[in-house]
Amino acid sequence: MLTKRIIACLDMDGGRVVKGVRFKNLRDAGDPAECATAHARSGADEIVLLDITATSGNRNTLLEAVRGTARSLFVPFTVGGGIRQLEDAAAVFDAGADKIAINSAAVHDPALIGKIAARFGSQAVVVAIDARKTDRSAQGSFEVYVSGGRVPTGRDAIEWAQEAAACGAGEILLTSMDRDGTQSGFDCELVRAVAEAVSIPVIASGGAGSARDFIEVFRDGRADAALAASIFHFGLENIAELKRELRDASIPVRWPC
Amino acid sequence: MIAIVDYGAGNLNSVKKAFDYLGAEIMVTNEPGTLAAANKIVFPGVGHFSSLRALDTGLRKALLHAVSMGKPLLGICLGMQWLFEGSEECAEIAGAGIFPGKCRQFPSSVKSPHVGWNSLTVKEGSRLLRGIAQDSFVYYTHSFHAPLTVATTAATEYGLQFAGAVERGNIFGVQFHPEKSGDVGLAILKNFCEV
Repeated sequence: MLTKRIIACLDMDGGRVVKGVRFKNLRDAGDPAECATAHARSGADEIVLLDITATSGNRNTLLEAVRGTARSLFVPFTVGGGIRQLEDAAAVFDAGADKIAINSAAVHDPALIGKIAARFGSQAVVVAIDARKTDRSAQGSFEVYVSGGRVPTGRDAIEWAQEAAACGAGEILLTSMDRDGTQSGFDCELVRAVAEAVSIPVIASGGAGSARDFIEVFRDGRADAALAASIFHFGLENIAELKRELRDASIPVRWPC
Repeated sequence: MIAIVDYGAGNLNSVKKAFDYLGAEIMVTNEPGTLAAANKIVFPGVGHFSSLRALDTGLRKALLHAVSMGKPLLGICLGMQWLFEGSEECAEIAGAGIFPGKCRQFPSSVKSPHVGWNSLTVKEGSRLLRGIAQDSFVYYTHSFHAPLTVATTAATEYGLQFAGAVERGNIFGVQFHPEKSGDVGLAILKNFCEV
């Protein structure tokens, strides 16, 4: 039976894994290669490495970290942050990534999705979407933001997800900006709306705080995978323990790993 | 020496890295001559069935010759699909026809592509899957699947039962990605190294 994936996200700044709340008050959480291997060993089904600084001067630091991490990691490995053109993606794949995640660059140039997919396959292209509810009412829609959530685009998240899939995206990594960093649960309404609108897998992100949140996003949000960063660092939630709870709730997970 | 066939489609790094990790002597090549010199061949693949057109440079002939000589060959993902007669994905391109049947789409009752960790129902007697426990999880990412045949050594369920692994003599194929399937995948690649 196909299982629901638990994805550990490592936010990286200057070659180190960092953890803060909404990119502020960053604390050092370790070496990316060590963190990734430790997460994989404790049961992470996949690892995402996100370069949150992603300035062009930092590309070599990122590629070095990707190389070091990929060397001893044998679960799927996605890298995102600052990929603006095909050459950026090619360099990241060459360093050992299995998939790349693109966000702002895909919104600005949807053809980039197809270009990367044509060369590396759709399975290697994850389109990351940051979305926020336009108003709190039941009728509210979800708007896409770019540039690390700073710039609203006026685009509807569901429509953009459908367009990205049509352009050749292999998966959607969907972050609720309303929930991100709050540990108050995933936005099941957003996740479900997108998961029902596209046939490619949807990874839910933003808001993970407890095992209950994961159960809800798989059951009510119809997510194919769920991603978290903060709760997996500093031992707030152990992935093996999380998977045990999911299994007890009859959510199919890869267990034992 | 194990040769990994590079026909210009996708990213072969992960496959190479896994064999490096196992300490195998590996060479990534697009030269038919190197395939002839290799002891074993890994034929990875990703993407569209039409990308197999790139085998026309002499690689197809070299692969089929290696098979006829009894050289161990491991097809991964699209590389396994090529071992069958063809695929609905691209009717104009013929497969190797080593295993009977065509690769087809998943039924509309399930989402496609099939992405993620799914379990294997392992048949006894497989050399490639020696020591692999029943219901072990492996990582899949694909839109087309190969049919169950007498050569199927592991089946996976996704909307229907399909071939997760096939084997006949020294010809092996896996639809999943052993290089991305954690310890289970590494054990399978190690078995191939020791065939």
